[in-house]
Amino acid sequence: MTWSHVSRYLIRAEWAPLAGITLFSIVALSLIAPAFLTEYNLFVMLRILSVTSIFALAQMVVIAVGQMNLAVGAIGGLVAILFGGMMEVYGVPVPLAMLIGAAVGILTGWLNGAIIAYSGINGFVVTLAMLSVYTGLNYGITESIPFYNMPQVLLDTYDGKIGPVPNILVIPLVAAALVGLFLFRTRAGRYILATGGNPSAAALSGISIRRSVILAHTVSGALAGFAGMVAVARLGTAEPTIGVDWLLPSFAAPVIGGAILSGGRVSVIGTMVAVVLIVLLENGLLLARTDPYYVQFFLGVLILAAVMFNRWRAVSAEKVTAARETAS
Amino acid sequence: MSETISPAERLKTQVELLPILVRAANVAGLAIVILVLVTIVASLAPGFLSPFNLFTLTRNLAIDTVIGFAMMVVLATGGMNLAVGSIGVCSIMFTGYLLEGLGLPIIVSILGGLAVGAILGWLNGILVVRTGIHSFVITLATASLYFGAMLILTHAEAFRELPDAFNALGKARYGSYSALLLVTFVVGASLFVLFKYSLIGRQILAAGANPVAAKLSGTPVDRVIVIAHMLSGLCAGVAGVMVTARLAAALPSVGQDWLLPSFLAPLLGGTLLSGGVVSVVGTFLGAVLVTVLQNGLVLLEVGSFWVQFFLGLTLLVAVALDRWRSVYVQRAGLKR
Repeated sequence: MTWSHVSRYLIRAEWAPLAGITLFSIVALSLIAPAFLTEYNLFVMLRILSVTSIFALAQMVVIAVGQMNLAVGAIGGLVAILFGGMMEVYGVPVPLAMLIGAAVGILTGWLNGAIIAYSGINGFVVTLAMLSVYTGLNYGITESIPFYNMPQVLLDTYDGKIGPVPNILVIPLVAAALVGLFLFRTRAGRYILATGGNPSAAALSGISIRRSVILAHTVSGALAGFAGMVAVARLGTAEPTIGVDWLLPSFAAPVIGGAILSGGRVSVIGTMVAVVLIVLLENGLLLARTDPYYVQFFLGVLILAAVMFNRWRAVSAEKVTAARETAS
Repeated sequence: MSETISPAERLKTQVELLPILVRAANVAGLAIVILVLVTIVASLAPGFLSPFNLFTLTRNLAIDTVIGFAMMVVLATGGMNLAVGSIGVCSIMFTGYLLEGLGLPIIVSILGGLAVGAILGWLNGILVVRTGIHSFVITLATASLYFGAMLILTHAEAFRELPDAFNALGKARYGSYSALLLVTFVVGASLFVLFKYSLIGRQILAAGANPVAAKLSGTPVDRVIVIAHMLSGLCAGVAGVMVTARLAAALPSVGQDWLLPSFLAPLLGGTLLSGGVVSVVGTFLGAVLVTVLQNGLVLLEVGSFWVQFFLGLTLLVAVALDRWRSVYVQRAGLKR
């Protein structure tokens, strides 16, 4: 592979315009705001990114199968308080608590998928109901009181480094790589994409739709739970409110990154770049000392602009193909 | 008899009596569940039937029903409106601004608040139709956009000095019931007439049931989708004005938690996510079930923390039962 191959690939990639805008924002921000490139600010951004990117991936996997998981935040919150509670109240060691937390994430996600697959009820309604159920469990257990004393090992590991690379960068990169490998390089992952792209065709070619739906929701639950545990490490407390505000960014990132809500088409790199863009937006507005309210407004503008651009590109690509076909 | 309305009803034949019976069973089943629940709660918690509790309960019911209507109207087209809460809070703050900031008469301020709701809903509709992007994504984005714009304009400052005559609306009562229910009944009756008897209502349902067929048979699908979103915004505005009167203040923090109730009432009442079917009475009964359940759990001292848990379970069980019944009826119908 030569340099020209690489550059051609980069230009043709779906996420290229998005990456261009992101790069431009980074350059612009570092020129305008001197505080942007300081080590402290970069760490603040990476800490946010380490959580956002993982629950965005959790949503992306379910979008791939053509459904939505409104319960991503609720699962994250439930796993977060169970994880924190186990360590504070029962003194469970961190690795064991993480294992149990992961198991709860997998179980809740599997439950979502199983209810959808076996009842035939719309996934939106099921995950909406489960959002309420898991949040209710969370509040019923904690009565809205956080667990404050997290073991120092957890916080040190989170802020630690592998070689020169800080763990808060390793976490999202590894998660993205694993999700990418799973979706695009394993049979089960390709089945999920096929099911999302065209369920009838997938079923006719021998793919079990039921299994794909359950697997996608299980992976989503596992990732959501993991995001919850990372959030605990980031905040240093296990707060019941973790996950409450995940709904919007969890959809925003995959959709800005080029995912199609009807399923079958998602982009791991696109989603990750979109997460970076969202974090940059928040950080840039913060550095510009605007009211925090502007974040909400501009996040809405960003989503609208991105989906319209993606739509415009898809339509014009169709026109080009149609024109070629008539010409030939 | 069912009041569930679907476009096919005009072509009523004997075969199509079956789905109508199915939906009648849905509304009747919901009514029975509510009766059982009310009996249990009333016998366990004597405070339930006290005038004070009935007043608060009906006041919440009046508002939750209209929030449910706001979602129902868009569900009829097969779309969603995640911006119901954001539109509601924009109406709230604009009404508050007109009343306190400009000192306009009450009726003008209320109309202003409703107009904001309708305009923001219309904008949603235009965006959905012009871009061809699913209403879930559009309204997810505009929910953030409207809410952010409202915060920027108001600096998140509440209006607390509203005129007494306006605040009296929230305290008005009819016997031991809140007079706000009257507003809800007027909105409900209008929607019922709209969907049952008006051309536009039938066209909205046709567009929701099968957009391609509707377009081929001459329904202006794009236009009726915009109208449905506008009506949704209007309903959200009505709910917003009612909340303002209830709280006697215009607070920017309202509306963030409307997402769940807005879906609960219509879904419990048998409105389908796939579009083409709405039930006004069902949505009202769905809201009754939610309100009684919330109120009962608090009165029985189960702890308000568990309310969400039970609401989620109720939705799941209700939808599962509905699904099971329709599958069962279909199978029974096929065997004959």
